[in-house]
Amino acid sequence: MTTEPPMTSPAAFEAIGLTRSYDLEGVSVDALRGVDLRIDQGEFVAILGPSGSGKSTLMHLLGCLDRPTSGILRVGGVDVATLDDTRLAELRNQTIGFVFQSFHLLARTPALDNVALPLVYRGVTRSERRARAEAALKAVGLGHRLGHRPSQMSGGEQQRVAIARALVGDPQVVLADEPTGNLDTRNGEEVMNLLERLNADSGVAVVLVTHEPDVAARARRQIHVRDGLIELDSRSRTAPAGDATELDSRSRTAPAGDVTEGDAG
Amino acid sequence: MRTAEALRMALEALRVNRLRSTLTMLGVIIGVLAVVILVAIGTGAKNAVEKEIAGLGSNIILVVPGQVGLGAAPTQSRLDLTDVAYVRRVVGDPSKVTVAVNSGESVRVGRNEVFATLTGTDENMQNIFDRPLRRGRYMTATDVDTRRRVTVLGSEVAGKLFGDVDPIGRQVTIAGVRFRVIGIYESVGSTFGVARDQEVHVPVTTAQRLIGLPRINGIAVGASGPDEIESLQHKVVAALDARYPDEQFSAVTQTQLLGTIGTVLSMLTGVLAAIAGISLLVGGVGVSNIMLVSVRERTKEIGLRKALGARQRDVLWQFLIEAVLLTTIGGLIGILLGVGGALLIQALSPVPAAITWWSIALAFGVSVGVGVFFGVAPARRAGRLDPVVALRSE
Repeated sequence: MTTEPPMTSPAAFEAIGLTRSYDLEGVSVDALRGVDLRIDQGEFVAILGPSGSGKSTLMHLLGCLDRPTSGILRVGGVDVATLDDTRLAELRNQTIGFVFQSFHLLARTPALDNVALPLVYRGVTRSERRARAEAALKAVGLGHRLGHRPSQMSGGEQQRVAIARALVGDPQVVLADEPTGNLDTRNGEEVMNLLERLNADSGVAVVLVTHEPDVAARARRQIHVRDGLIELDSRSRTAPAGDATELDSRSRTAPAGDVTEGDAG
Repeated sequence: MRTAEALRMALEALRVNRLRSTLTMLGVIIGVLAVVILVAIGTGAKNAVEKEIAGLGSNIILVVPGQVGLGAAPTQSRLDLTDVAYVRRVVGDPSKVTVAVNSGESVRVGRNEVFATLTGTDENMQNIFDRPLRRGRYMTATDVDTRRRVTVLGSEVAGKLFGDVDPIGRQVTIAGVRFRVIGIYESVGSTFGVARDQEVHVPVTTAQRLIGLPRINGIAVGASGPDEIESLQHKVVAALDARYPDEQFSAVTQTQLLGTIGTVLSMLTGVLAAIAGISLLVGGVGVSNIMLVSVRERTKEIGLRKALGARQRDVLWQFLIEAVLLTTIGGLIGILLGVGGALLIQALSPVPAAITWWSIALAFGVSVGVGVFFGVAPARRAGRLDPVVALRSE
C-alpha cells in the first residue's frame, strides 16, 4: 500500500489541458479535447452533458479508471502520469469512492460484505472491515439491512448500500455516475439528499455526472460538457465561493432523519 | 489483498456456482480417480507376480535345453539323468541340484479322477524349492534309486481325490499305475499359470519309466546366496555347452524373471497412468474453459473490483486461486474415491490392487498443477481487463 496522499493538497482534482482520444478501428476519436478543471476538496459538483459529450470519459479520468492521452491530471495533488497501474489502483482505493447508475453490487453477497469490499484491497483485517462497513451502512440508514443481499433490497436501498461502500474507505471524493438514473423520483430524491448530507457533514467532495438538469441543480456547482470541452462552469475559478447559497439552503431543508427512515419498508 | 482473503473469495465464488463448480471438478475427479485406481491395479498385478516368483524359493537357477523367451521354438530335451549327475559334479554340492520331468496324467482314486501334472523329481527338490509339507514325508534317495511307486500330492489334488479322508498310506492310480501316497504339500498357489497345487510328485526314475522316455525336462540348481547366482549360472551353462557342443542351454534365474516381468508390468502401469493422465488433462481443459466463461460472465464484477482498488495481481490471484481450488478439491475427492475404489476392487474381485503413495502424490500434484496451468490464462485475462470497458459490459 502506498502512503496517503499529502493532506495539504490544495485540490481534489486538477486537470490541465486534459485530452482523451480513442482509436476506433483505425479512426481516432477525440472524446475530450483539452479540459482545464479544478475541483476543491469538499465541493459538490455536477458534471452535465448530453450523451457523447465526453462527460463519462471525464468521469473515468477523474476516477483514475482511465488515463489521459495528453495533459496533466492531479488527483489529491498526485500526477497520475507518474503512477503505474498498481499505484493507480491504490490511489483509487484510497481517495475515490464510486457510485454507479446500476449500483454494481455483488449480487449474492450480503450488504455488509459489499460495503467492506474496498477495504479488502487495503489489507484491513476482517473484523475491522466489518466494523467499518457496519458503521457506513448505519450512516446511510441501513443498519437493519446488514445481512441482506442486493436482491432482497429495493433500488433505493441498493444505491444506499453502494454509497456506503463509496464512503467506507474515507475517500476525499465520491464520484457518482448518474446515481439516480435507475431510481424512481422518490428514491432518487432520497439518494440525492443522502449525498448532500454526506457532503455537508463529512466534507467529502461529491462529483455527480448526470444528464438530468433537476439532479444537477442540487449541486452547488455545475459544469457543462459538450463535444469534449467544458462549455460552461457555473463557478469561475477566480470566485471559488460560487453562487451556491441558494442550493445550500435547499440541501438543509432535507433533514437527515428523512433519509434514514426513507424507504425502509 | 492477502492470500487468506483470496481463498475466502474463491471458496465463496465456487459455493455460489455450486453446480458448475461440481461439474467442472468432475473432470478432475474422474482423472485422478482413474490414475489412482489404474496405478493401484497395475502395481497390485506386479506385486502379485513378484510374490509368486519369490514363492518358488530363493536363489534358484533353472537350466533348460534350448532358448528361453517368447518366440523361441520348443526344444526337444536330450538331457538325461547322467547329465544331472554331471551338473552335480560341476556344482560341487549334489544336494543343491534337482531335476524335473513333467507330463500331464490322469490321477484316480476309486471313482474320483483328476487331471494333474505329473512331476518326476528327486530327494533334493525340497532343498531348492520352497515346498513345505502339510503331512507325511518327502521322497528319499532310496525312493528314487529303487524306482518306488510313491507319490507326494499337491494340496488340490489331494483334496479332490480324498476329500476329508487322510490320504497318507493310501493308493492312487496314476496313468494306470498304482502309487502309494507318502506326503501332501501345503497349498502354495500358482506361478505363471502353473497351478503348483495340482502337481503330483513321484521319483524321477519312476516317472521316466511311466512316460517311457529316459529324458528329463530341466535341472534346477540352488545357489547358496544371491552373489553366487550369476557365476553359478554361467558355470552350469558353460559346462553343458561343453558337454554338448551342438546344443544350446539356457539358465533362468528368479532375478531375471523378476526383472523382465517387473519391467513389463511397470511399463503397463505407466501406460495405464498415462491414459488416466490424459483424462486429467481433459479435466484441466474443462477448468480452463469454465474459468474463461466465468471471467466473461463476471467481467462487470472484475470492473467493479478494479474500480474499488483491486490491483491487477489481486484479480489475477483471485481467479487463479479459484481455478487451483477447483482442481485441488477435485483432486482430493478423486483421491478419496480412487483409494476407496481400489480397496473395493481388492475386496470384491480377484484383481489385486495396491495403492501406492507415489500415485496419490502424483495425481494430487498434477491436479494442482493443472489448476495453475489452465488457470493462468483466464486469470491473466481477468487481471488485465480495462475497468472502464469491464464496468460498461452487460
